[in-house]
Amino acid sequence: MADTSFDLVVVGGGPGGYVAAIRAAQLGLKTAVVEREHLGGICLNWGCIPTKALLRSSEIYHLLHRLDDFGFSAKDISFDAGKVVARSRAVAKQLSNGVAYLLRKNKVTVFDGHASLVGKGRLAVAKDGNPVAELAADHIVLATGARARSLPGLEPDGELVWTYKEAMVPAAIPGSLLVVGSGAIGIEFASFYHDMGAEVTVVEVLDRVLPVEDEEISAFARKSFEKQGIKIYTAASVSGLERNGEGVSARIEANGKSLEVDVERVILAVGIVGNVEDIGLENTDVAVERTHIVVDEWLRTGEAGIYAVGDVVGPPWLAHKASHEGVICVEHIAGVNDVHPLDIRNIPACTYCRPQVASVGLTEKAAREAGHDVKVGHFPFIGNGKAIALGEPEGMVKTVFDSKTGELLGAHMIGAEVTELIQGYTIAKTLETTETELIRTIFPHPTLSETMHEAVLDAFGRAIHF
Amino acid sequence: MPIEILMPALSPTMTEGNVTKWLKKEGDEVHSGDVLAEIETDKATMEFEAIDDGRLGKILVPEGAEGIKVNQPIALLLGEDEDVSALDKFVPPASEDAPVARRQQETVPVQAAAPVALEKAGNGAGRIFASPLARRMAQQAGLDLAAITGSGPQGRIVKADIEAVLSAERGVPGSHRPAAQPAPFAPGPAPVLSKERVLALAGNPPYTERPLTAMRRVIAKRLTESKQTVPHFYLTVDCETDELLKFRTELNAKSDAYRISVNDFVIRAAALALRQVPAANAAWSEEAILLWDTVDIAVAVALEDGLITPIVKNADRKGLAAIASETKDLAARARAGKLKLEEFQGGTFSISNLGMFGVRDFAAVINPPHGGILAVGVGEQRPVVKNGALAIATVMSCTLSCDHRAVDGAVGAQFLAAFKKLVEDPLTMLL
Repeated sequence: MADTSFDLVVVGGGPGGYVAAIRAAQLGLKTAVVEREHLGGICLNWGCIPTKALLRSSEIYHLLHRLDDFGFSAKDISFDAGKVVARSRAVAKQLSNGVAYLLRKNKVTVFDGHASLVGKGRLAVAKDGNPVAELAADHIVLATGARARSLPGLEPDGELVWTYKEAMVPAAIPGSLLVVGSGAIGIEFASFYHDMGAEVTVVEVLDRVLPVEDEEISAFARKSFEKQGIKIYTAASVSGLERNGEGVSARIEANGKSLEVDVERVILAVGIVGNVEDIGLENTDVAVERTHIVVDEWLRTGEAGIYAVGDVVGPPWLAHKASHEGVICVEHIAGVNDVHPLDIRNIPACTYCRPQVASVGLTEKAAREAGHDVKVGHFPFIGNGKAIALGEPEGMVKTVFDSKTGELLGAHMIGAEVTELIQGYTIAKTLETTETELIRTIFPHPTLSETMHEAVLDAFGRAIHF
Repeated sequence: MPIEILMPALSPTMTEGNVTKWLKKEGDEVHSGDVLAEIETDKATMEFEAIDDGRLGKILVPEGAEGIKVNQPIALLLGEDEDVSALDKFVPPASEDAPVARRQQETVPVQAAAPVALEKAGNGAGRIFASPLARRMAQQAGLDLAAITGSGPQGRIVKADIEAVLSAERGVPGSHRPAAQPAPFAPGPAPVLSKERVLALAGNPPYTERPLTAMRRVIAKRLTESKQTVPHFYLTVDCETDELLKFRTELNAKSDAYRISVNDFVIRAAALALRQVPAANAAWSEEAILLWDTVDIAVAVALEDGLITPIVKNADRKGLAAIASETKDLAARARAGKLKLEEFQGGTFSISNLGMFGVRDFAAVINPPHGGILAVGVGEQRPVVKNGALAIATVMSCTLSCDHRAVDGAVGAQFLAAFKKLVEDPLTMLL
């Protein structure tokens, strides 16, 4: 009979949950994780990681069509969609196994099943409706994550109308595709399928693509996507989907006009909702607002002894935010000195479309609205030697500073590999550097990172290479 | 250990305050942001908010207590898992024990489960751990990092700590300032005029007693200091205002959207004159005379029990209608006691107008650190000599009090000449 009494039990084995569990174990707490499907959660199994594997394939396919630029030639370039998907699944599987190993190594007990609260400090675990165990814990951390939102009239069917899950494992690349929603998830799929040869149409209800990014970045991204051949409708909505055998006829309302678009498949990426059902919150003082659990700065819910981290507590829905919340929550529980609440202004966000988009902190508009007198810098990739050498001259870096204090308020990037670069600005923000330290920092030549230096210089009228 | 709640410095001039009302009782739960008490400061009654969560353990200073020194403990806050027995064990630190460090304890979030070792960032080998941004903000605000406790990783001083000090002090020349920097004007010891002594000097006539409000104490203290330490000198000029009155009537007839008073013209004229003679828009300090970039005019408003000087900021850049609506709003809120701190603290120059009481001419006391104050009398018909003949004109006498350390006689005279020209030819005020 397995031990069922713990100091801390985490419900959900995603990047919020498993990281919280490992940290708790490191701090000497007797810890368990309950996971109903896959260790690693959506991120590892159906999100961040497998999509990056797919996007790597589409990037290679795209490069294969540019071989002449680099002095190569090849004939009969083709791909096997089954192998592309199989590689993505293998990557996810490898990492999920890795999480299982890490939990084992840290002596975290894993329960396979669905957990629900059944009383103060008590959780019932069941698998396929059959009871597995009843656990007792002083502290319960809910890390149940989130799932795709569906809109009335646009319900996914898994065949013709997909969510991210079906979109990740296509049997074949459809000839044409409609993506509803232009946030990070929608745009990444639009980019992948377009580069794999599909005719892609994107519909966004707001007035620009990637609507949480800086306006200039949105505009740059849109121009780039349209140049590639992706059709984009903003301030538009899908008013109906009619399935007809092998495809879907979608009615799009844009600019006061209505048009019909016939596509083979539709991907819905219209936001996500928190997984707050069937976990026994009803009989607790845990407050839920708009499908998300309400927590304080230490991730405490309204019920003593119950905490929540990650997507289930709300945006930004990012794995790295969930992991950090998990660590902060657990360290606070364990009474670790020197724990600090998460500062959401220092959470970077990345979108792995082509060109990539990455940002941290306030957009120029948000900074102005917050009352900052700002200094703004820009630097285009065309002014960067490494970008030209790579054949990736399309991109831009933008910085936003407070003109009085020199605080770096935000940084916004679009272009090749910017998702790997944004951490530089994130460190700068976390350390509270001003423009002085950034200007003094020596960025290696020749690298794409020099654009980051120049965008700082430009904000103070000192750009060298543009 | 219980957290001491200290008398806050709610304004730059505040050295002591009165607890007019406690809004929480002993034993009440307190959350950050809750109003604990009403504190009467220099010029206003302000709400005092809690910074920490916990339970109000003990009230040390009862309602109605007056003259409580800034940073003196007024109550004890119990942490989440502390019970009242903690109060018995509590030993108040010696009264001279670094008040700054103690107040900082109150302004940083104290964690009940795990008391963080918030050692002073300046401890040990003399290196102060502070983020570059915090260093710059402290330098810009003139704060001494050594006196600030950091709340960042390993006690590092971060932006939030500087913001906390600034919002708590709002520019009080206090212990966060480098010691070498002298206070803008050093308060001397007030002459002791005890009630007993006053009665003896007066020969014990019958009397009624009116208790001193915080505002009254501040008026007494600041104006005594001003008269004792600021070398005042006075310049008077007569301005003819017939043109101005005619122009005012015409302007006011044009719209019901505004009603411009003579005083609004005076504010605008003084502001423009200060712009024309920038040397008069100055303040004295031990290191240098400070010539202000902005013209912010403090306008004295009489209250039932004293006076307050709300500020028309950037008055030289505001039109007559804007000044009229702003002074009306500020005066109304001043009388209702609803001015915000920043609306009555600061300014570069003052105007006091007693014309409405029929006062012909008077000399006002400078409100430090201002370099001058203009005292405005009544506009009345007086005989004047024009081209060798007697004539009747409406004349308004204005007297400028200058701080001679910063503003010399010639500069004051130039200012008054510019002011008089604007008042007598009011169309030029529109330029």
